[in-house]
Amino acid sequence: MTSTAAAETPVGGALATVTIVLSLVLAAWSLLSTARNRPPDRSHLAGLALVELGLLALVVNAALAWAGDSGPGEAATFLGYLVTIVCLPPLAAVLARMEPTRWGSLIVTVICLVIPVLIVRLQQTWQVPGA
Amino acid sequence: MPEPERATGTGARSEPAGGTEPAAGSDGTERATNRGPGRVLVAVYLLFAVAASARAGVQIATKFAEAPVAYLLSALAAAIYIAATVALARGGTTGRRVALACCSVELLGVLAVGFLSVFDAALFPDDTVWSDFGQGYGYVPLVLPVLGLLWLLRRPRG
Repeated sequence: MTSTAAAETPVGGALATVTIVLSLVLAAWSLLSTARNRPPDRSHLAGLALVELGLLALVVNAALAWAGDSGPGEAATFLGYLVTIVCLPPLAAVLARMEPTRWGSLIVTVICLVIPVLIVRLQQTWQVPGA
Repeated sequence: MPEPERATGTGARSEPAGGTEPAAGSDGTERATNRGPGRVLVAVYLLFAVAASARAGVQIATKFAEAPVAYLLSALAAAIYIAATVALARGGTTGRRVALACCSVELLGVLAVGFLSVFDAALFPDDTVWSDFGQGYGYVPLVLPVLGLLWLLRRPRG
């Protein structure tokens, strides 16, 4: 396996990769729905649920590691990102239900594009800067 | 939960929310700012309100003395994003006005800070949301106020 630094953090590795890919696939699917003038449907909600499951697994991973001997380099920032990222899929679902038009699908797209960025930021804030 | 509509064809449901409810605000005449594409804007503004607030909060709490100008600016940006989010989401005449003001200030801010941070980097020893025209945020801070202004100033659909 590649021994990148991100893989060694509890918010990295295969779990993070799977969640990122899931999120990006859902973003593409939602964008397609937007282009086809479709509102978000159950497939989008199911996709958001899957992404949320992946994120919750990352949270559990991080909590276990934190309870152990390691911890995030920037604790406050890391916690902020962690709380924010877990709230995003539910937020997308609520907004998608509020806006049952193509624009609801676009909301899902946008939020699913933000999630991978936040996962990477999570990995960066776990590592001690400059270490 | 069963969805009442079933999008069978693209022509069957063209702009239901935007087209059928132009007067969703508190008053009866204004075009709604919080439906359709507006709801997407609200979502993105909400994300930026959270991002900018969190960033400003951490910066001011942990290392304010390092770059007071940059961090105060972060806080100002956060406040503007919050105000824009609320104004767009509430809509109505006041909401529209506040949102217009926010988007304008935001555009000026991101342009001013962008130029300043490029030509006088010493003024901003640490980055803000608006540094380098929002490069750290994929230039979304630069595009967002433009989209907001286009949305707020759009011509009523005939």
